[in-house]
Amino acid sequence: MRLVICHLYPDIMNLYGDRGNVIALDRRARWHGLEPVVVPVSLGDAPDFEKFDLIFMGGGQDREQGLITADLLQAKGPGIKAAVEAGVPLLAICGAYQLLGHYYRTFAGEVLPGLGLFDVRTEAGPTRIIGDVLAESKLSGESRTLVGFENHSGRTFLGPGAVPLGRVLVGGGNNGRDGTEGAVYRNALGTYLHGSLLPKNPWLADYLLGRAVERRRGGVRLARLDDALEDMAHRAAAPGAARRRGGGGGLLGFF
Amino acid sequence: MQGGLWLAVLAGKAAIRVCRLLGWGGSTLPGRVARRVHRGVLRGLASQCRRGTVLISGTNGKTTTTAMLSAILSRAGLSLVHNRTGANLVVGLAAAFVEGADLLGRLRADVGLCEVDEASVPAAVRELSPGVALVTNFFRDQLDRYGELAHSVAAVRRGLELLPEGATAVLNADDPLVAGLGRGLNRPVVYFGLEEAGPGTGAGFETADIRHCLQCGAELRYEQVYYAHLGRYSCPGCGLVRPQPQVLARDVQPRGTRGSDLVLVHPGGSLRLKLPLPGRFSVYNALAAASAALSLGVDPGEVVPGLEGFSPWFGRMESIGLSGRRAFFTLVKNPSGFNQVIDMVLGDEEPKPLLIAINDLLADGQDVSWLWDVDFERLAGAAPAIPVVVASGIRAADLAVRLKYAGLGPSRLAVEPDLGRALKLGLERVPPGGTLYVLPTYTAMLGLRRLIHRGGFARPFWEAGRAARARAGDAGAGGGGGRGGGGG
Ligand SMILES: [Zn+2]
Repeated sequence: MRLVICHLYPDIMNLYGDRGNVIALDRRARWHGLEPVVVPVSLGDAPDFEKFDLIFMGGGQDREQGLITADLLQAKGPGIKAAVEAGVPLLAICGAYQLLGHYYRTFAGEVLPGLGLFDVRTEAGPTRIIGDVLAESKLSGESRTLVGFENHSGRTFLGPGAVPLGRVLVGGGNNGRDGTEGAVYRNALGTYLHGSLLPKNPWLADYLLGRAVERRRGGVRLARLDDALEDMAHRAAAPGAARRRGGGGGLLGFF
Repeated sequence: MQGGLWLAVLAGKAAIRVCRLLGWGGSTLPGRVARRVHRGVLRGLASQCRRGTVLISGTNGKTTTTAMLSAILSRAGLSLVHNRTGANLVVGLAAAFVEGADLLGRLRADVGLCEVDEASVPAAVRELSPGVALVTNFFRDQLDRYGELAHSVAAVRRGLELLPEGATAVLNADDPLVAGLGRGLNRPVVYFGLEEAGPGTGAGFETADIRHCLQCGAELRYEQVYYAHLGRYSCPGCGLVRPQPQVLARDVQPRGTRGSDLVLVHPGGSLRLKLPLPGRFSVYNALAAASAALSLGVDPGEVVPGLEGFSPWFGRMESIGLSGRRAFFTLVKNPSGFNQVIDMVLGDEEPKPLLIAINDLLADGQDVSWLWDVDFERLAGAAPAIPVVVASGIRAADLAVRLKYAGLGPSRLAVEPDLGRALKLGLERVPPGGTLYVLPTYTAMLGLRRLIHRGGFARPFWEAGRAARARAGDAGAGGGGGRGGGGG
């Protein structure tokens, strides 16, 4: 089965190795016996988003986000929203997660509108939240851990229409206060975790691939892959997070 | 023409500024914009080089050869324009020349140096009308299927046939595929090659996939094999013989990872050269650069200081004697630096066992996400050149996953977080007298050095006593704890 992965703004939105998520989706899809095709979609492109099986968008810095905002909201927004309503899985990391919320309010009070796909809003914070993250997620029905690296100054707060992706065990998460990390709406996921996220959390990669396959074929379960190395990387990242928390407030103000 | 050229340069320069502001390194936008404004922008600018342009092609060594030639020409007081190989050749060349021009569309350069992929040679020759065209060697790309090599050779041949009157071809005499290009070529040819005593090492010949004459299909006969299919050969079928090189290296004495001493023979005499880069392929690259410089009319006396002063971009190297085996260190800390190290590692065909050690302490950068922006796919694709990678350090597993997803199979990948055990594991894969290439982040480098200087961690493996002398390479290994990472 062909599996078409849309990589949004790959030339502009790629921070902290976010492209590793697309590499992971592509390779794992192949190992599952699917035929993945990665389609880069950037400024000025106007594809039919419902034809995609999966949508990915990585993070960017302020300037890069500014560059794509108009194109994202006007040219692509309605198509992306319709695709998510139709059940297309989507993963948005960091800046992309913020852009898919209602708005980002800068420190000066300026409100930069977002797509409103997730019922979340983001306020600029006084310091950056930086460090390893360990979170617990029940997304797949059972309790699994997520590991990653966060680096953001925005504080994101969930509205009633958003469910957190996980609960933070170590790290800052959405806002450093309420213990939530990321957001889920239908099959769309937003998160602050870099790392890259999916290679170190293979269960999440397979969750997204599984949802994509299910939408086309229904009720198909993906086989288990040999994830010995991935699990080792997952474990190596997790105690690091604990170590740093124990090291005393090392998460904030790194810069 | 001048008005269009001027506008194209202005537009291209504006696009370069925009790309810089946006952090789009290596974007094709400036070249595309300039060519959209004026299609002849590249031709118009290239023709302004006072001493002409040099085209450099071939499978391996393009980048190093170009850098060496650039060192020689700069030493000789010539100003240069220089491209980097990229996806779209003509567009990339246009961007490089636009960048080198002033706001009035005038190029103030003596020589244009253009690295060109084999398939693009005909188009590049048409646009550049180069005064010198240099071909380093032909090897089969690991990813290519059988038959594409002949395709590359044919493309380069078509390009050479388009060379303008007065141009010179500079060809590797020891590579039958390259030397064959000189046969029947209606332009003067300068051949370069090695002169080694004895039968040659024969290294790599068993895996050489080019043993047959491209022109007639007969099996080539070798008097000496220098490396893979490079050597002193002749073809019993069509009479192709290795041409006598006009520029050659004699009495090559390797100085380990510090480089080689050799005698550089040229039509006007011979010169002693202490080449600061190790490996036989560096000798070939130096010969190629010297031949091109001489063809441009550079005084032979300028060639040696240019090459001896050549400082490779991949500084921070140390080699530490480990009883016959050596460890060759180069610090890695971010994607672009790492990608350059990969260029270096794949710059010649010698097999290189690698030890990569990734720590995530403060001085290394605590975020290892940047590993996903390194082109490890290129290492994975080069199976004979990279027989094994030992992944080590605190984040050995992250690195191992990255390598797995880059396509490195389990038989070529070893995971050992402990630095001492990883070093031992790596050295066990190195033949006596060979070199282990060690690519650590900052604190991993400190840890490995401490282990080596202490010398006792694997005493049964390398004889005691020698390790104490291993301090030779203890250069300061500059570079404080620059944090890696793709942005701020
Ligand atoms: Zn023949």
